[in-house]
Amino acid sequence: MSEPTLHVDVWRGTETGAFQAFELPRRAHQTILDVVTEIQREHDATLSYRFACRVGMCGSCAMVVNGRPRWTCRTRVNDVIEAGEKLRLEPLRNFTVVKDLAVEMTQFFDKWKDAKGYFEPGAQPQPDFTVVPPAAPERQAADAGIECIGCGVCYSACDVVAWDKDYLGPAALNRAWTLVNDVRDQGYEARLDAVSAGNGCQACHTHMSCTKFCPKAIAPTYSIAGLKRAVLRRSLRNVL
Amino acid sequence: MSAILFLAQRTSAFVLALAVAIHLGTILYAVRGGLTAAGILARTHGNIAFALFYGAFVIAVAIHAPIGLRNVLREWTPWRGRSLDIALALFFILLLVLGMRAVFAVFSA
Amino acid sequence: MRASHRQRGFVAAILHRLSGIALAIFLPLHFLALAAALNGAHALDSFLALTRQPLVMAAECGIVIALAIHMTLGLRVLAIEFFDFREKTFAVLSACLAAVLAVGVIFILNVG
Repeated sequence: MSEPTLHVDVWRGTETGAFQAFELPRRAHQTILDVVTEIQREHDATLSYRFACRVGMCGSCAMVVNGRPRWTCRTRVNDVIEAGEKLRLEPLRNFTVVKDLAVEMTQFFDKWKDAKGYFEPGAQPQPDFTVVPPAAPERQAADAGIECIGCGVCYSACDVVAWDKDYLGPAALNRAWTLVNDVRDQGYEARLDAVSAGNGCQACHTHMSCTKFCPKAIAPTYSIAGLKRAVLRRSLRNVL
Repeated sequence: MSAILFLAQRTSAFVLALAVAIHLGTILYAVRGGLTAAGILARTHGNIAFALFYGAFVIAVAIHAPIGLRNVLREWTPWRGRSLDIALALFFILLLVLGMRAVFAVFSA
Repeated sequence: MRASHRQRGFVAAILHRLSGIALAIFLPLHFLALAAALNGAHALDSFLALTRQPLVMAAECGIVIALAIHMTLGLRVLAIEFFDFREKTFAVLSACLAAVLAVGVIFILNVG
């Protein structure tokens, strides 16, 4: 008895291009990454895509699968489509397409920098170790967001990024929030400035697509809400 | 939007949360049996508390609506920059003037 | 339809946005109508007589519902932003919808 056939439409090209149809055997327990790799190795060696660890640690393999941004290595075909349905693979939304399924990540990480999503040790070393109790509210808030591996799924899902190219985006703002809560960090004021410009946290409209699709169950919406509160508290302190 | 606009937007939102709840409740009660000028004016004529409440309501709305529209226009149309801000400032003035005029109208009629 | 558009937070945000736009358009008209009272109660009454037409009453009901939608969903946003509310989206949106429908029904019952 022959295996059932899997029909896959894969985006080829850059911003302009077309979907190319492939057929391959549909096997139990296939992941989307298995499918893309088989297409590239057995059917069309010119297909471009990214992956690295293939075990859900690096975030390189993210792409849009049947309209939804996901990690292809951790997504099984059976979880996306029923028997007889088609797979549709596209590059992540809101990124410039390099080729086929590979996107340009530079802008994503530039916004990370713009949001001051990096640790600021300060001009002088601290005189002693900073005590950070794990149960402290700031540490809990930071811990809720630090598992981000920069995969870009949230950025792809975000409508505000689609509507406003300048918006810093959920990943950069989430990282900024973890650092706002890092009591060792010395860049608090500058970071709040960085996230409260016109393209900052205020632009989030609480669609919560980022939170829904994050494969690490991080909730950028709540991190951004935290930034909004921190910015507002500072504004009120300055006004009063 | 900038931090100042955000502060104004959210502050006016809190004011409106209260004002709209009161307004909706009043409207739902007052339209029983239909809407008449006499019905409205009987409540509003010479009523200082009414005038102050709705005056504050008008100010909050005049702040809240243009800032909200600014987000919509910036995100859903190509319009942005100084001309958009000026247009919305004019809308703020329009709402303020028309609103205060309406409050005055039913207060003094 | 894009997956992010099928999810509840997006639907809520779009309803909030569209109702806001409707209200922003309606408000100047509302203020102008009320200011008809400047010409005396009779002028306001003549205007209000216009509003008896079914199409106008339907539009009024629509505006009242738009106000209820905008307020309930606005309260949701304020709760998430300022009270660190971790929502169960389906429950919250159901409650908002229930409140909006209640307002709509009460309005129709009272004005009829």
